[in-house]
Amino acid sequence: MILIINICKERLHYYEFVKPICDILDNNKIRYFVKSYKEINRGDLEKCSKIIISGTSLYDNEFVLHSDKFKWILDFSKPLLGICGGMQIIGLLFNGKMKEKTEEDKNFLKKKTEEDKNFLKKKTEIGFYFEDFKKNFLGLTGKEEVYHLHNYFVDFSKLPDFDILCGKEIPISHSDLVNSKKKISKSKCSQAIKHKEKEIYGVLFHPEVRQKKLIFNFCRL
Amino acid sequence: MKLGILFSGGKDSCYAAYLARQEGYEISCLISIVSENSESYMFHTPYIDKVNEQAEAMKIPIVIVNTKGEKEKELADLEAAIKIAVKKYKIGGVVSGAIESVYQATRIQKICNKLGIESFNPLWQKNPEEHWKDLLKNKFKVVIASVAADGLTEKWIGGEIDEKSLDELIKLSKKYKFHLGFEGGEAETFVIDCPLFSRRLEI
Repeated sequence: MILIINICKERLHYYEFVKPICDILDNNKIRYFVKSYKEINRGDLEKCSKIIISGTSLYDNEFVLHSDKFKWILDFSKPLLGICGGMQIIGLLFNGKMKEKTEEDKNFLKKKTEEDKNFLKKKTEIGFYFEDFKKNFLGLTGKEEVYHLHNYFVDFSKLPDFDILCGKEIPISHSDLVNSKKKISKSKCSQAIKHKEKEIYGVLFHPEVRQKKLIFNFCRL
Repeated sequence: MKLGILFSGGKDSCYAAYLARQEGYEISCLISIVSENSESYMFHTPYIDKVNEQAEAMKIPIVIVNTKGEKEKELADLEAAIKIAVKKYKIGGVVSGAIESVYQATRIQKICNKLGIESFNPLWQKNPEEHWKDLLKNKFKVVIASVAADGLTEKWIGGEIDEKSLDELIKLSKKYKFHLGFEGGEAETFVIDCPLFSRRLEI
């Protein structure tokens, strides 16, 4: 039984970001149940065999302010797949620096601190892109077309617990060079990641739109 | 949140509006683009002159902007229309009936992202047969406004889709391999009645 976690604040986004995942599972006769990230309890985590965390829209980012609702991920031992926003929350949890959000942090995404900027970065990509998968990632290898819809990403190259299976180079801004005393080689926009020890996967792109087989392959792990 | 519906008068934009209402959103306006180009990549509105009647039946104001329908330039006209809706009706997002067209969906997403408003696509990736059945189940009266595919003869024009004609449509789409949801422009539809309308329209 797969648990699909809906991270959308806006009810109407369910149809765009959660239902297409449900449809893939329905078409393959895979049993599942859907819950909001705000309603997850211990029974849900015990009942499910795997979890898929959905993505959401470009402006529906309330889930980032509720990282405490995802702390169970750190102790979860079953397979987990985070899609876009779902991947972002995995990265934010595992960087160890995600702080508790207060009322003053409500404008987190608009007024990021320098520390936050190191982890949740801005890089808008909308539409089809080709990405190069270094090795088999849930059935994707080599150059594959994927669908992007994101304004932010987590830079997993700074997270030692994860392997980056797909990620492209992005230009380093002048301000990055000025602000950093460290030697900067390449900055990666991580597109597909896997935890080195756990069955935790993340994709920044949307496989429910293009590369639906990735979701099917995850469910068959 | 107040929403504007990108509205062509066809089954998809009407059903997207219906879902928005069902989920408790306030539909503050409809937004329609009148294109001079019948081959437009973005806007397909054969009965565009009739959308005013639909808006009236829905008791929702409508923003109409004209475009010459030149590729990409028509996007500037769409952006202008959305800006008018944001300013006049204080909408926080727009709803489209995009199902599979990445060309349409990504361009709408980019405009909304630029303007800092939400983009809702509640029919995104929906199975076309499921979509038709939902339309019928929810009492949408949909007629075929034009046809442009092998297997769809002129006899379909003006006809209302019911369960019997849907079965025929499904068979034809399999035989002639056209998209059942008409995503490739195989046909255009027009809604003459639905739960959002206060009265049935005549065409």
